Amino acid sequence: MDLRRSMLFIPGNNPGMLQNGGVFGADSVILDLEDAVAPMEKDAARFLVAQVLRTVDYGVSETVVRINPLDTFAAVDIKAIVPCCPDAILVPKVESAADIHQVAAMIAAAEKPEQTPVKIIALLETPCGIVEAYHIAKADPRVVALALGAEDYTAGLGAMRTKEGTEIFTARTIVINAAAAANVQSIDTPYTDANDEEGLLADTQLAKRLGFKGKLSINPRQIDVIHTVFNPSLNDIDWAQQVIHAIRKAEAEGSGVASLNGKMVDLPIVNRAERILHLAELLGLMGGEK
Amino acid sequence: MKNAIGREIPETISGIAAIKPFAGAFATVPEMTRQAPKVKTIKPADRKLVDNLVEVFKKIPVTDGMTLSFHHHFRNGDGVVNMVLATAAQLGLKNLTVALSSVFPVHAPIIEHVKNGVVTGLDTNYMSGPVAQAVSKGLFDKPVVLRTHGGRGRGIECGQLKIDVAFIAAPAADEYGNLNGVEGPAACGSLGYAFPDAQYADYVVAVTDYIGEYPLSPISIPQTRVDYVVKVECVGDPKGIVSGTTRITKDPVGLKIAETAAKVIQATGLIKNGFAFQTGAGGASLATAAFVRKMMEKDNVVGSFALGGITGYMVDMLESGLFKKLMDVQGFDLEAIRSLSTNPNHLEIGADFYASPFNAGCAVNQLDVVILGATEMDTDFNVNVVTGSDGVIMGGSGGHADAAAGAKVTIIVANLLRGRLPIIVDKVLTATTPGETIDVLVTERGVAVNPLRADLKEKFLAAGLPVKDIQELKQLAEKIAGAPKAVKTGEKIVAVVEYRDGTIIDVVRQVEG
Repeated sequence: MDLRRSMLFIPGNNPGMLQNGGVFGADSVILDLEDAVAPMEKDAARFLVAQVLRTVDYGVSETVVRINPLDTFAAVDIKAIVPCCPDAILVPKVESAADIHQVAAMIAAAEKPEQTPVKIIALLETPCGIVEAYHIAKADPRVVALALGAEDYTAGLGAMRTKEGTEIFTARTIVINAAAAANVQSIDTPYTDANDEEGLLADTQLAKRLGFKGKLSINPRQIDVIHTVFNPSLNDIDWAQQVIHAIRKAEAEGSGVASLNGKMVDLPIVNRAERILHLAELLGLMGGEK
Repeated sequence: MKNAIGREIPETISGIAAIKPFAGAFATVPEMTRQAPKVKTIKPADRKLVDNLVEVFKKIPVTDGMTLSFHHHFRNGDGVVNMVLATAAQLGLKNLTVALSSVFPVHAPIIEHVKNGVVTGLDTNYMSGPVAQAVSKGLFDKPVVLRTHGGRGRGIECGQLKIDVAFIAAPAADEYGNLNGVEGPAACGSLGYAFPDAQYADYVVAVTDYIGEYPLSPISIPQTRVDYVVKVECVGDPKGIVSGTTRITKDPVGLKIAETAAKVIQATGLIKNGFAFQTGAGGASLATAAFVRKMMEKDNVVGSFALGGITGYMVDMLESGLFKKLMDVQGFDLEAIRSLSTNPNHLEIGADFYASPFNAGCAVNQLDVVILGATEMDTDFNVNVVTGSDGVIMGGSGGHADAAAGAKVTIIVANLLRGRLPIIVDKVLTATTPGETIDVLVTERGVAVNPLRADLKEKFLAAGLPVKDIQELKQLAEKIAGAPKAVKTGEKIVAVVEYRDGTIIDVVRQVEG
């Protein structure tokens, strides 16, 4: 399971922040060549990010590079970045499966023979992208996640962006559903007020309840809150252990049907319990030690 | 000869009376009595208010070779030191020693007074700016004495720093010499660093631009210790005296370090009722305080006191009931001044009460935890807060070594990489605070625990903190930034670094250029 509870944006033109990006414990760091970088600085940032990928140790954090959109500098970004072995490319403003096919082909052309295949995370931030979410998620085996970018999306709708997020409810559920159907992860839009910790907490809790597996982040101070929400709680772990115990007991007794507290334990429940336990194990949360 | 932490100290240093090498943080036991200042009398009709500094100089009289003392609560807004030294120069005085608790950029005119022979000695706890740079290049013929805040109190109290005339920059005074720091246009809060000067100097002169009605109240320094009051047009620039507000850092790396430091404190188990805490006024220190505050609120902990330089943040913790008292030797902002003047639980204390090692118990001894900074630390946990990466003096101990010695747990918070330089080195250029008094280093890339504190290491590991060996952290930093080249210094000793007990912990040598 690739852990993407938190995905932290780091401006691709800021050497100090790029050097320190690995210290915050984010599951993924997104080295940004797009919105954080002014047009006249694109060349320098691309060069800097390429060097950073070769030299900076981000520890346990996955390295993701957000390239520029396909109609601007995507081709030159991919050519420069992919041979430096990022774990994934975050593609902005994806609107169709065809966009993914195009990006996948460019990645394949840029990859060195020996390198681990570079994954794709599709950033859906237009109404078209939301409509095409499932097809985008299924377009190529490299696609591992769909991420929602709500700022551009609401601009596209002509809707007012609010802290409550009523205007993006539909997009959120579509992205989550499409990702689940395509068996990839769904990553929620960032919470843009870095000083509002309570707002971030509420927004992240909502995202988790809806089914997102992680959240984009624009500030390192948001990481801990996001992790706290997406980490399995002790109750979650306890429940999952009971589910697995029940199903194993049923199997040992030769029964195909297990029940827990009077409710039937079916395959989706087992899958959910296994995912919780796997996540808890990855995070060292098993046994109530922390 | 080598002292107890292996620093090479010359057996004699020209201009320094007695060299006693550092022997260990608590190894030196005093064998002296407190000094007694000159006894004076004043008749009922005598007046203390004097029209100008020239008149005071003539009345005392101030003569060649005297030691004049000053305090630094006006910080970079101070006008009194320059005014007094200009008067000395005008009267043709020579060979004066300036005992100024901290030197700031505003004190640059000292350089000219040294070149003209008016000033030939400097005794201070901290210096930055042009004077520090000039000292590093060999401005003085004899070394500057760098003390700690507690060490200065001790030196004055024990007669090792004999003050002939103390000039007290007083935000408010009455005509009979009662002084406080909380009124007037130059209000600075606590006058704590001037307390020993007022107690032990042969003469005490208050310099003020605000005369209040007799008797002034509250009284920080009483009329019984003040010989003259001089009213001047302006004692300094209020903008340089207080910072207005001190703010928590927004730097993500600084916040990460602060949060880790707070978790370290939590893991020590010391955050419980009666908790006593000192932290600085810098953004990262305040951020640590903010995280500690959350922990105290969550667990309904009421601390006993917070100590040191006081900020509005600490005042807010007092007023919110998170600490019962503040002990204030130096205020940093307007809130600290307001609180000191109105809240009986906000106590004004002197430098000796704060941190002198040679009395019947100073306040730092009651600290549970102190958070301090560093410009360099070595693998023996010795800390440098005096010289920068170029060997130039850019600070001083202040209360660093004092609080480190006193607190149950001393935590250094620092970026593992300061710009392109690793903070951990094999041997610090200048040792300021001995490693035996440092317990933990918290960086953005891990926490190192002094091997002397195996008990803490166990607690931190149990709490899931990212504990690393200090050598491992050093190698990690060097992997990113490379190992810095050693700074080349000349032979001339430009400053001696005195430990709080009066022994010499290190010397600073001249830089080129």
